[in-house]
Amino acid sequence: MVGGVGCRFALALALLILPGPAAAALGIFACEPEWGALARELGGDRVSVYEATTALQDPHRIEARPSLIARARGADLVMCTGAELESGWLPLVLRESGNARVQPGRPGYFEAARFVPLQEKPLRLDRSEGDIHAGGNPHIQGDPRNIGAVASALGQRLAEIDPPNAAFYRERARDFEARWSAALQRWQARGAPLRGVPVVLQHRDPYLAGWLDLRVVGVLEPRPGMEATTAHLAALAASLEQEPARMVLRPAYQPDRASRWLAERAKLPVVVLPFTVGGNERARDLFSLYDDTLDRLLAALKP
Amino acid sequence: MQRHFISVAAAAATLAFASSPARAVSDAELADIRGQLQQVKEQYQSRLDALEKRLADAEARAARAEEKAGRAEATAATATQAETHARGAASAFNPEVSLILQGTYSNLSQDPGTYEITGFIPSGGEIGPPPRSFSVGESELVISASVDPWFRGQFTAALTPENEVEVEEAFIQTLALGHGFGLKAGRFFSGIGYINEQHPHSWDFVDAPLAQRAFLGGSNYGDDGVQLKWLAPAPFFLELGAEAGRGKDFPGSDRDKNGINSSAFFVHVGGDAGASHSWRAGLSYLRSTPVDRGYEDLDSTGVPVANAFSGSSKLLIADLVWKWAPNGDPRDRNFKLQGEYYRRKESGTLSFDTLDLSGFGSQSGGYDAEQSGWYLQGVYQFMPRWRVGLRYDRLDSGDVTNDMVLFNTGGLTAADFPGLAPHDPDRLTAMLDYSFSEFSRLRLQYARDDARLNAGDDQFFVQYIMSLGAHGAHKW
Repeated sequence: MVGGVGCRFALALALLILPGPAAAALGIFACEPEWGALARELGGDRVSVYEATTALQDPHRIEARPSLIARARGADLVMCTGAELESGWLPLVLRESGNARVQPGRPGYFEAARFVPLQEKPLRLDRSEGDIHAGGNPHIQGDPRNIGAVASALGQRLAEIDPPNAAFYRERARDFEARWSAALQRWQARGAPLRGVPVVLQHRDPYLAGWLDLRVVGVLEPRPGMEATTAHLAALAASLEQEPARMVLRPAYQPDRASRWLAERAKLPVVVLPFTVGGNERARDLFSLYDDTLDRLLAALKP
Repeated sequence: MQRHFISVAAAAATLAFASSPARAVSDAELADIRGQLQQVKEQYQSRLDALEKRLADAEARAARAEEKAGRAEATAATATQAETHARGAASAFNPEVSLILQGTYSNLSQDPGTYEITGFIPSGGEIGPPPRSFSVGESELVISASVDPWFRGQFTAALTPENEVEVEEAFIQTLALGHGFGLKAGRFFSGIGYINEQHPHSWDFVDAPLAQRAFLGGSNYGDDGVQLKWLAPAPFFLELGAEAGRGKDFPGSDRDKNGINSSAFFVHVGGDAGASHSWRAGLSYLRSTPVDRGYEDLDSTGVPVANAFSGSSKLLIADLVWKWAPNGDPRDRNFKLQGEYYRRKESGTLSFDTLDLSGFGSQSGGYDAEQSGWYLQGVYQFMPRWRVGLRYDRLDSGDVTNDMVLFNTGGLTAADFPGLAPHDPDRLTAMLDYSFSEFSRLRLQYARDDARLNAGDDQFFVQYIMSLGAHGAHKW
């Protein structure tokens, strides 16, 4: 009787361990929604994408939850921003996953930030400067031109780790890049009225500002990753009297206290930007993300 | 002419774009690039004619293509710079180093030197509160890095309350076994229970739960040995682990014996429930075989004696952790509920006064004890940076059969084993902490500790915990 139970247990265990019929889709573990969206654009139905964070979470502050470790175990590709954005949880998730394919340095580990030039590389690496990242500011999705660069690298990587579908991924990447180029051109034209517009940012975002040529006249976070203090806000409000801004920009996942306070004080509109795919109802994919971002910025320009 | 130029620009841009990423560029750079493109065109007219056919659709995209070419070039330059810089710095291979500085001010109504958990054989470890007044115990230095593509190593040294440096962890672990397997070897915190694997600086209270102190001898139970873990290929978290070690520390003892002197097994299950909730539950078992595991007590006349236990010690731990954060974003508000239940069975031989300090001769007899304990704690971050926590600890000294007392061996009575007097210790702890940043925390804690029989201790602590250097990832 006991032997029978033992046998059944061993059988159940064997069924768990042994690979089932060849997996239908390439498993992708995307650290942030923008990379999940990009993986879907390039991989279509040949990939199955799991997104580790949502647009309402700060990817820097989440924890190495058991569910993330379980998901990383079966992944063929872990696709993250890098540049230390996920340093508080990803190294642990990868180590605990027991998945050799996705360890840093393997083809199954993809860091988007490696394929774009990072801005705001700190000259002085000291935490008195706040929660800075040695490699530069990791929020590269602020500039859609970076998405194009990452797409091209991702297309190659998918082809490398899934050779039978290499032609498929290359074709999808070419197609995406063509559509993306057309969209970039459209956004460039639409964004022209924003050139040189003075803004206050919640979080340092040199990518969005650089793309649209916004003039940043103030940042609510006194130092990266640190909440605004009342003293800092008061000083900022005073400086805005000298150099007025047109609007305050806040990513949807950030708390609204500081931006609301400043907006009321300086009588400015607050523009809540989706920041990534899923940041609001309209930003459902990469294209609508930037469409919506531009719509909101342009709407705030109107008197 | 114009048409040629556009095609050339588009061709160059497409080629550049295919191989490298891009960034914004100034008008001056654009002019420069235009000049270069013109030269390229003159040199490679025939090849470009061929390309022109393939890029018949390029005209429409010419405007943005120019820009892309410029960006691609700028990126290439940046990449080269970065590479050169990285190659020059051999010190870039230095391991990650992080230093935890921890300091405590304690105000205790009872002398910490007399601390004991009455009813439970003392472990000889650091079970008491930190010394009165200021102390810097549990400051830690952690050094870790990948060894090569197959291994990673970690070393942790900690400052003990006795002002000694102790090697808490020194282990290597595999990175490339695959199939969900992970192997650790060296000295490491055992995977049993929940809080046991967490370093003291990431605890939510100044001190360890009473049950952790009574059953695992202090803060973290670690051993020299090997650990094999396997993560099941399931959509939820299911992890099995087994450990084998020398069993040198309480509840084991250093034995000068070949083979495995302690073994542990654990299973962890966990997952998410919606975006806002996550949980983990575990069941663990630790078996040790101590020989002459000594402890100090007083006999019935108040003379200090050295006693010892030999036999087998089996510990079962059930743990449950549940965390809540609105939409899974813990920055503003979050809540953590954590509880563990410990049950230990020890059977073997107890020896009284092994050094014959009382002058009445050493005695020994059978000893059997089944004892248990648990704690439950909740920590709530009610606004950014601020957290409050409440913890309740309770132990049950349970059923203890001490044959020396039972049979009055050598005239011994229960009064000769005051440390084992039946007692159900408990403790209630409240804490408030404030985090200036992810890297620094200041904490106030008050506890009413009834671990000693008939001597309640009011404990008040002020503590800082600061972390310097590498941004380590914490266990969940």
